[in-house]
Amino acid sequence: MNCDFCNKPAVVHEVTVKNGEKHEVHLCEEHAAEAGLNMPGSKPINELLTKFVISHPSSSGSAATSGASRPAKSARRHCATCGLGLDEFRRTGLLGCPDCYESFCSQLEPLIERAQNGGVSHLGKTPRRAGTSIDRQLHRRRLIKELDHAVNAEQYERAAQLRDQLQSLESDSPSPDEDHERAGESSSPKPE
Amino acid sequence: MELRERPHPWNDHNGPHDDVIMSCRVRLARNLAGFPFVNRASSTQCHEMLRMARRIVLTDDVAPGMIWVDINSATSRDRALLMERHLISKNFSESSHARAVAISGDESLSVMVNEEDHLRMQLLRPGLQLEDAFGRINAVDDAIEARLDYAFSSRWGYLTACPTNVGTGIRFSVMAHLPALKITGEIDRVKRAAKDLNLAVRGYYGEGTDSAGDFYQISNQITLGRSETELRDEFQKQILPHIIQYEQESRQVLVDRNPILLDDRVHRALAVLKTARLLGVEEAMKLLSRVRLGLYLRRIADVDLDAINRLFLQIQPAHLQLHAESRLSNEEMRQARADLVRSTLGG
Repeated sequence: MNCDFCNKPAVVHEVTVKNGEKHEVHLCEEHAAEAGLNMPGSKPINELLTKFVISHPSSSGSAATSGASRPAKSARRHCATCGLGLDEFRRTGLLGCPDCYESFCSQLEPLIERAQNGGVSHLGKTPRRAGTSIDRQLHRRRLIKELDHAVNAEQYERAAQLRDQLQSLESDSPSPDEDHERAGESSSPKPE
Repeated sequence: MELRERPHPWNDHNGPHDDVIMSCRVRLARNLAGFPFVNRASSTQCHEMLRMARRIVLTDDVAPGMIWVDINSATSRDRALLMERHLISKNFSESSHARAVAISGDESLSVMVNEEDHLRMQLLRPGLQLEDAFGRINAVDDAIEARLDYAFSSRWGYLTACPTNVGTGIRFSVMAHLPALKITGEIDRVKRAAKDLNLAVRGYYGEGTDSAGDFYQISNQITLGRSETELRDEFQKQILPHIIQYEQESRQVLVDRNPILLDDRVHRALAVLKTARLLGVEEAMKLLSRVRLGLYLRRIADVDLDAINRLFLQIQPAHLQLHAESRLSNEEMRQARADLVRSTLGG
């Protein structure tokens, strides 16, 4: 179907009924924009999200979801774990590590609530091992950091030792059956 | 790399509602605790991730007969082949960091390692079988999780590089064939309604790609605040039936209002496919789409629906190169495509 004003394909179709009479309007992209009608969006949601962050930098620490207003300047600008800056997140729409959720919590809360249509907390599946993994996470994180340094310094013997330690850390992990039992003891998952 | 040309689960026509829903997919995004996300990971960390993932994913309790493909050492043709078979994403194919994909023997399961998230696992089923697909991918997730610590918080759920995936990390999607909605111009209305319902409508190869052959990938966007089964049921039972019905009604409108025009389009498409000596991929997809529509509306006989479904895959560039066992120029590709289609359809 073509636009009412030109021969281009219509992308906006509006039907109104006035005094029992049906009126149809079909407009191309340009004429729809001219008439102020919204275009059907096709941009990926993370692109929209990134733009939203860029255009609403003051939305950090929104009282709407956190319940407590916090001055924007007190909000953290970098993640203490991975060093990701808020500016980089605004540019790419991607966080740097799992701890970024904690580091940028006040900025992320309103964004996630908006992107998730009001969803603010997890109600789905929980990993069976969630409650038992914190020590292993910390240990692994340290080993990986050391491994990174060793590789950069070309200390290959040390790197091999660290890899072995990482491997034994994985094989020392409790079996799924043990975790089943543990999960049965606690009805709620343990936070990180 | 060993990946033979063979039928693929997404274009098997025996799935429920296969007249409109070519295939369905469930995808899970997972990250490992103690590692930065892929975009901040060092080369060492990316390789460490590959080593860990390979050890765990290639076990029989994840899926039998898994193969491991190192994407960095794969040729551009092989990467394109995997993308055409919907086993890896476009971004994953085009990145340069250390990454790999594990694929089950029947190609229904693929696990991308070091995509946007450490693990992106997907399960494909023909037609609309999201319950089955979800059950299978959930079992795979359990098997991997039994041996790895996922990044998880009790508040946000599974932690993902992009906050739009946080929570369940799940995407339910279908590859919908909507030729009648396209012909009647109603597809834009569907796209607008989908947006209002928090759905994404994407192209043939997912995010950042265009529609081809009147195929659209439709998926949920919400991942937080509802359980996996709630999200699945909402998508499968409340939303998709309307889209399927809308397409079926539009097909009936084409039959009722102007059957001659419909028959002309369908038979003309078949005639071109049977006789053309040069075919571009977009043109071929469009013509195959019309023939597929004609078959389901019983306007054409004596054409094998499975053959048409297979051709959607076989006419893609990397598949043609594989078939020809040589690197083809654009012109040679158009000729090879027309030859393949003619020989398949007995032209």
